Amino acid sequence: MTKMTGVQILFQALQEEGVTTIFGYPGGAVLDIYNELPKTDIKHILVRHEQGAVHAADAYARASGGVGVCLVTSGPGATNTVTGIASAYMDSVPVVVLTGQVPRHLIGNDAFQEVDIVGITRPCTKHNYLVTDIKDIARIIKEAFHIARSGRPGPVLIDLPKDLMTMTAEYKPLKAVSLRSYRPTYNPNLKQLDKVIKLIKSARKPMILAGGGVLLSKGSDALTAFAKKTNMPVAATLMGLGVFPTKSRLWLGMIGMHGTYRANMSSGECDLLIAIGVRFDDRVTGKIDVFAKKATIVHVDIDPTSIQKNVPVAIPVVGDCRITLELLNELLDKEDPATIHRQRRAWLDQIEEWKNTKPLAYEQKDEIKPQYVIEKLYELTKGDAIITTEVGQNQMWTAQYYNFDRPNCFITSGGLGVMGFGLPAAIGAQLARPDKLVVDIAGDGSIQMNIQEMATAVQYGLPIKVAILNNQYLGMVRQWQEMFYDKRYSHTDMQFAPDFVKLAEAYGAVGLRAVKPEEVEPVLKEGLFNKKTVIMDFQVEREEKVYPMVPAGAPITDMLLV
Amino acid sequence: MNSDKVEKHILSLMVENQPGVLARIAGLFSGRGFNIESLCVAETIDPDVSRITLVTVGDLAVTEQIKKQLNKLVNVIKVFDFTDTPHVHREMALLKIHARPETRAEILRMVDIFRSRVVDVGADYYTVEVTGDEDKITAFLNLLKPMGIKEIARTGAIALAREKTKGGQNGKN
Repeated sequence: MTKMTGVQILFQALQEEGVTTIFGYPGGAVLDIYNELPKTDIKHILVRHEQGAVHAADAYARASGGVGVCLVTSGPGATNTVTGIASAYMDSVPVVVLTGQVPRHLIGNDAFQEVDIVGITRPCTKHNYLVTDIKDIARIIKEAFHIARSGRPGPVLIDLPKDLMTMTAEYKPLKAVSLRSYRPTYNPNLKQLDKVIKLIKSARKPMILAGGGVLLSKGSDALTAFAKKTNMPVAATLMGLGVFPTKSRLWLGMIGMHGTYRANMSSGECDLLIAIGVRFDDRVTGKIDVFAKKATIVHVDIDPTSIQKNVPVAIPVVGDCRITLELLNELLDKEDPATIHRQRRAWLDQIEEWKNTKPLAYEQKDEIKPQYVIEKLYELTKGDAIITTEVGQNQMWTAQYYNFDRPNCFITSGGLGVMGFGLPAAIGAQLARPDKLVVDIAGDGSIQMNIQEMATAVQYGLPIKVAILNNQYLGMVRQWQEMFYDKRYSHTDMQFAPDFVKLAEAYGAVGLRAVKPEEVEPVLKEGLFNKKTVIMDFQVEREEKVYPMVPAGAPITDMLLV
Repeated sequence: MNSDKVEKHILSLMVENQPGVLARIAGLFSGRGFNIESLCVAETIDPDVSRITLVTVGDLAVTEQIKKQLNKLVNVIKVFDFTDTPHVHREMALLKIHARPETRAEILRMVDIFRSRVVDVGADYYTVEVTGDEDKITAFLNLLKPMGIKEIARTGAIALAREKTKGGQNGKN
């Protein structure tokens, strides 16, 4: 058996997990790791801030379907990852974060750049480790990847004391992981599924609510088949967008605070709600005690804690979304289609009427409407692009107007709502999918939160596009101030901002600007088909709001339409 | 079903005997706003496994969520809720009681009645060890309060399930 150093064991174990790309930033505690890195086949992407490393790894995981990996130093390097980790945790994204730590004999001494990152990240990781013995490195790496990608995925952090890296030990490759205390349930209880079929047969106004769990389980085909077999309309949460073909007459759109009228009204009127891979976030349910009040709720999720957490559920089904849907489809095939489809017409007609009378709408007049930019972007890309977003109005307009009709094309910080997510996410997505056009739809506020990653994009020649919907406001907060705080625009006016065209040029990227509506399409065309990193600055109507809107705490059927 | 009723639950957790496991559990309770009334941790006969006995209160929805969240922790091997299963539970308390000449005899009588023991004696105090369920200890405390309790240390509950074998006393504490 060969003796290897801690750092050699680390890279050996990482490569056995199929790691090809790491997002990271060096520092004192990881010098030994960085010293070894060039000797491996792993591609390292030098970000400009550790938060960017985690968001990039998050998007890399989502765009590739694998696990994203990042590597940072101890202390501030580690604390800078916390926002990214918390975002990946809420959105159930498999990310492995490697942090350097001071040598073991200094732990607990308040050493230079020492922080208890395992303690700090305990509540926002799926699991985390402080490695204290060189013999544990290989096992912990193996376990970490297994935990990150299995069950309900999530981030796992591994804290690596510096002195372990240069020690030597024998390395034994491990075959499989066995954790007596961690065994996710993939196969649902079949008795529960029989009950679901029975409910479907007796329902008059059923609907499906699909979330990110369906995408994570690669279950969108099974979901589409399920909806067709049962003739049930489908709404999606923000994280579920792309799960269902939007051209289908069964498509309801996004549900929630900025959902479509028909999706929200359907949830209020339905008599059966089959929720799959969702967690009933407050932005989805609105006032919780009246949510889907007339419905029997079926909830399918791989995470038992999601079920019965926020809404009372009649039929809980713990299991993988795709496996559950495939089993339901098999059961449905044994039924007479006529008994499943019975008496749906009135319900579907009602939905059609909601759709026709209260569609998503805006009016393009003299100034550029942000919605128009997104619609044009959709037209020009034909939906065949990976779209990342920042957080706020830009995110909601994107969700509403970029017609996500295929899985894994929409990468957004849904649960935590991190401003500054979109640019590093675009970098991660582009590295995972070099073949794809990747666009970050940003606001002028949030783009400035991780703007330093422009340098990363340009350094690695990543042809990502940033479309800034520039209203010189922190638009979503301003919208709330206008609607609920007497128009007191306390600290949301951001007219003092850099010239984004010059900023792009300063980074070595291409900068473009559109001020008038007729400039939108030419700028998009020029930007999208340019092979370089591009920032497109769209100076949009300053006070445009996101509609429809449900005020916080109101029932989601109480919508403000304009 | 009376789902809003707030009830006390004795949870028994088998966990990996590793650093940080208790912090994960305590953090889960504080982070999600759950209650811990008492908590006892010690190794089991398998040195890799510890048993945590934890008393919590909440309505059905809350206690169900607590159990699920605990089960979700990677280091938690198994969660038992003893509330509706036959079990024995005990708590121990050490009490340091003022012992004046006129109360000494009375204290010793109480100690005798409650089948407790004097484990330390000083010029003006007794230290008494008492075990039992929570009610017994509380009753004992209340009776001794008038004598003057200097200090008290309670362990919190520990519990084990009864087994379904003949000769067992199912259902009795």
